[in-house]
Amino acid sequence: MEQNIKNQKLNENRILLSHGDGGIKTSELINSLILKYFDNKILSRLEDSAVISGIENTKLAYTTDSFVVKPIFFPGGDIGKLCICGTINDLATSGAVPAVLSMGLIIEEGLEVNILEKILESAGKVLKESNTNIVTGDTKVVEKNSMDRIFINTSGIGFIKDSVNISPARIKPGDKILINGSIAEHGLAVLSSRPEFSFKTNIVSDCAPLNSLIEDILKISDKVHALRDATRGGIATVLIELSEKSHTLFDVFEEKIPVKREARSLCEFLGLDPLYIANEGKMLIFVDASHADKVLDAMKKNKYCHNSLIIGEVIKKMEFGAVAYKTKIGTTRFLDKFYSEQLPRIC
Amino acid sequence: MNDKISNIINKIYKISAALPQINIMEVCGTHTMAIVKNCLRQILPSKINLISGPGCPVCVTSNSDIDNIIELSEERKNYIFSFGDMLKVPGSKTSLYEKRSEGANIKLCYSPADALDFAVNNPEINVIFIAIGFETTAPLTAVLIKRAFQNNIGNFFIYNIHKLVPPAIQFLLDSESKNNIHAFLCPGHVCAVTGSIPFDFIARNYRKPCVISGFSPEDILESIYMILKQIVMDKPSAEIQYKWVVKEKGNQYALKCINEVFETGRSYWRGIGVIENSGLILKNEFKNFDAKKWFKIKDKNIPEPKLCICGDIMQGKKKPFECLLFGKKCTPDKPVGPCMVSSEGTCAAYFKYEINKT
Repeated sequence: MEQNIKNQKLNENRILLSHGDGGIKTSELINSLILKYFDNKILSRLEDSAVISGIENTKLAYTTDSFVVKPIFFPGGDIGKLCICGTINDLATSGAVPAVLSMGLIIEEGLEVNILEKILESAGKVLKESNTNIVTGDTKVVEKNSMDRIFINTSGIGFIKDSVNISPARIKPGDKILINGSIAEHGLAVLSSRPEFSFKTNIVSDCAPLNSLIEDILKISDKVHALRDATRGGIATVLIELSEKSHTLFDVFEEKIPVKREARSLCEFLGLDPLYIANEGKMLIFVDASHADKVLDAMKKNKYCHNSLIIGEVIKKMEFGAVAYKTKIGTTRFLDKFYSEQLPRIC
Repeated sequence: MNDKISNIINKIYKISAALPQINIMEVCGTHTMAIVKNCLRQILPSKINLISGPGCPVCVTSNSDIDNIIELSEERKNYIFSFGDMLKVPGSKTSLYEKRSEGANIKLCYSPADALDFAVNNPEINVIFIAIGFETTAPLTAVLIKRAFQNNIGNFFIYNIHKLVPPAIQFLLDSESKNNIHAFLCPGHVCAVTGSIPFDFIARNYRKPCVISGFSPEDILESIYMILKQIVMDKPSAEIQYKWVVKEKGNQYALKCINEVFETGRSYWRGIGVIENSGLILKNEFKNFDAKKWFKIKDKNIPEPKLCICGDIMQGKKKPFECLLFGKKCTPDKPVGPCMVSSEGTCAAYFKYEINKT
């Protein structure tokens, strides 16, 4: 690989097939855009693998995710911000401190360079905020019309301290269930920016890196039992999965679950259920009752979590697990998984 | 339980104490969903029996109509625009959802105006909008047809399956179901368009109470109380609970739009049969927008799946749990009948909200 030349600029306005063929044009793309926003000691070596040294007797968390969000820019974020937050949050839910990430770009020929730059800049900002780096990556360019603008795969490695043990298996009766704020905003923000959706709304995605939140609460409590970010399928799906994995019954209270007024109205209008709508900056936290209040106080200090609250508790052991949803009017129903994406109603 | 709900429940218990079992048909699919989602049956006296009615437009769409729309989608130049609920309704062999995955041009729209805009911007494509729904959505279709007519848009069509609610209720009252239904909880959004007057006949001719209800749990419980009061006083009437939305004469502009474009005609309701004057048919001057006529689509008269009792469920004769297929061969993932697919379908509501886990 040629020696990287910092501050090189691309001559083209659009991504060409040659930008993905591994030759001179690929080097130009890497030097002018990738290194501009992701530069660090490991990545700048531009080797085939990132070599990370100094790890011994440590638990590693390793995750991967692919991002195909449409549209690629939406209120509150874009695919660049989303892919970094998504991978960081996946690591954080294991109790890991995110350390290094990889990024694979698949780009449609003809994508405007300034669009790619905005995406990379956005990703770079989140990396900086969360104190992580992209240390290895890949770029491919495919023919026009063979895909939709840009897809991104990210994977990540994080390190877990020996004293940290986060797992659904640790959930036990008496645990409190906490959440760091209002739900359903990411899914609605993405929906509202699709061309076929002609309603105007002020809802923005909650997309955010939550690793600092997790580090803060693990510093002050060793009784955090489980964590999960409520992405696709919403908080309902996550709650059901965790109840099944831990073989416990949860009680969750409708009046405690925060849904912004505009989000609720939009859901009612379209026939959607906010419990099942994707979030990208919401974490469900299961903590021993004795530590619930101090964990809550610590959460509220985080800039993404001022509206944290307790939404339920773990009631008892139950073979198949279940989530009992206590409605505002005092009735109870059991949450169930949905079978596919929610569809808006007709009348 | 909040104070308002507590008060209404106490009043319901008090006023129904001396009454026998009361069967109330809640006609509208949105009411069906709200009732099961809030588990209202858990707090109502057991003698108040809520029966779901045929007020789910997707649920009353026939196999044959789905097959016809699928046939239209098979032509490359035809783009089908649909509200979301219709995509997964099973036809006799497949659904629009599966056809889309095979490459058919089937687009989800939230506003029917999107379909007309697409037609204007793509004159080489035939745009066919699935015009489904009761009086709530018919005015939107009427406005689009008028706009397309005035602007000579020759590539915009509707597959018209609009239906009317009052004739369906009358059909039930003239059938064996009449003895089983003591009162009606009427659809708030339909009545926002029609007003309460088209529902007067329920009380006037059949002496059954009928209350036009909103959709919150408080609205529905208050409406049930109003029905019980009418029964106790023996003064049946078409009463409006949803006062901030529904007026006696309805939305005159919306009704005018409907009447300019449509006339009434017979319509086939899945699981029920043909009901006279229960469908909206395009008037003669707008016939060229009728996709079925323009593309010469013939009905296939396919029988509904065996053992599917969506029709009985929609007429209030049976509950979903009484269907042999419910939850086994018929699930939201692999629906047999439309009641399981529609977001307002009775079977979908029961499956999602009423299956007991413990």
